[in-house]
Amino acid sequence: MKKLLVANRGEIAVRIIRAARDLGISTVAVASAADADALHTRLADTSVDIGPSPASKSYLVADAILAAAKDSGADAVHPGYGFLSERASFATAVADAGLTFVGPAGPVIERMGDKVAAREVARAAGVPTVPGTPGGVADADAAVEAARDTGYPVMLKAAAGGGGRGIRVVQDEAGLRRAFGQASTEAQKAFGDGTMYLERFVERARHVEVQVLGDGSDAVHLFERECSLQRRRQKVVEEAVSPGISAATRDAMTTAAVDLCREVGYTSAGTVEFLVDDTTGEFFFIEMNTRIQVEHPTTELVTGIDLVAEQLRIAAGEPLRFSQDRIERRGHAIEYRVNAEDPTKDFMPQPGPVGRITLPAGPWVRCDTWLEPDAAVPPYYDSLLAKVVVWGIDRDEALTRSRRALDEFTVAGIPTTVGLLRELVDEPWVGAADFHTGTLEQWLAERKET
Amino acid sequence: MPRHEVVSPIPGVFYRKPDPDSPPFAEDGGTVSDDQAIGLVEVMKSFHQIPAGASGTLVEFLVGDEDEVDAGQPVAVIEID
Repeated sequence: MKKLLVANRGEIAVRIIRAARDLGISTVAVASAADADALHTRLADTSVDIGPSPASKSYLVADAILAAAKDSGADAVHPGYGFLSERASFATAVADAGLTFVGPAGPVIERMGDKVAAREVARAAGVPTVPGTPGGVADADAAVEAARDTGYPVMLKAAAGGGGRGIRVVQDEAGLRRAFGQASTEAQKAFGDGTMYLERFVERARHVEVQVLGDGSDAVHLFERECSLQRRRQKVVEEAVSPGISAATRDAMTTAAVDLCREVGYTSAGTVEFLVDDTTGEFFFIEMNTRIQVEHPTTELVTGIDLVAEQLRIAAGEPLRFSQDRIERRGHAIEYRVNAEDPTKDFMPQPGPVGRITLPAGPWVRCDTWLEPDAAVPPYYDSLLAKVVVWGIDRDEALTRSRRALDEFTVAGIPTTVGLLRELVDEPWVGAADFHTGTLEQWLAERKET
Repeated sequence: MPRHEVVSPIPGVFYRKPDPDSPPFAEDGGTVSDDQAIGLVEVMKSFHQIPAGASGTLVEFLVGDEDEVDAGQPVAVIEID
């Protein structure tokens, strides 16, 4: 691997370019019209214009990316997260063009990206899954029959859904009968596939995910991340490791994640997501993300392993550099996602020009961003401005440094979520890690009322 | 007849349909009511419906489907009943 095309933008493009430079790999950025002068285009060795500003006309156009790779002489493509990163056909097209795709092969992405197929893989590997139907249910009668085993409340989920879309919670048989037809029709419209399946709904659930690395013949884990602080199923604060599970659960969950990777011969970095029932301590496989995650820096700070560099090494054909017993963790890391949104206006996205900015730095603070003074936040892409990641020898020290880091963060010109994140750090329930996936939204609702 | 300009409060990409396979929110020359959506603006991966803001006849769209709009930009004209 000599020349890497980074098929993404924003902070993750910057992050990938930095890893490539550390490994002596030259880099090709791609840019839409809105990003013509963005940081990632200037950090890369060269940059290729791939089309108009909307992502659907640039970053999501596989042919434009492939043409850019060919024209620039790149021999590898890193998809980052979002955009084309989990599109199996893109991974296959990259390989068919004679280039290296930094990630698993198309068929693996396809298998793990289909929720029903992924659960079948999990069962085959002996990994616990949420009680539910093994596959799609044919109709409302079949759903009602299946719900006798899962119990209520139960979730009705679209097999082709994602990001929280295509999910309904029903409380009883009558509710299930009412919801089934409409949910299936909506899934058919939204995703082109009306297949629905059932899953037990866990009231107090934590979202805990295991970071894995595989080279196709072996796999290791890099411990877990706690991502329960969410708003509208979007993660807001993440930490490594989870403050909410026992050592026994950690051992069992990380082992399960590695077993799952071995079952599919997983290649590259990946994340195995679990739902933890906070009441019983049971954990269940939800899905696997076959790409680098937004919150990967927390794992990097506690393990000292550069996950993007490892992705590049593995893609270049090197075997895993670490056996499991050589992967250690130290201390605690917390990531805060600072978004260009106005918390006082129901988190309305706020693009626009920014003026002076101050980014946090100093001891044990990492800030991954694309933001620069006098930049403009484009309206076309997600609202992530920066990730503030803080390390401490324990969780309390990480929280203390978080206060300092978030206090330093200022952006003139647009509202951001940084003040809200700073407020969160002082909440006693955050300090005590007493939360589940619904807690942040409950807190926001209560805060709004007062 | 008094005219009302429908303004997008946010910048983004204007859509006339709720999704690619559905009919438009409103037709040229069609009747609209005050709280009815006449379009959708996508900003930073989130979608915001633009209400007519007045009841009457939607005489003209000032921007096309998938056109970029600025905050405060008029997107349609309604002749108020």
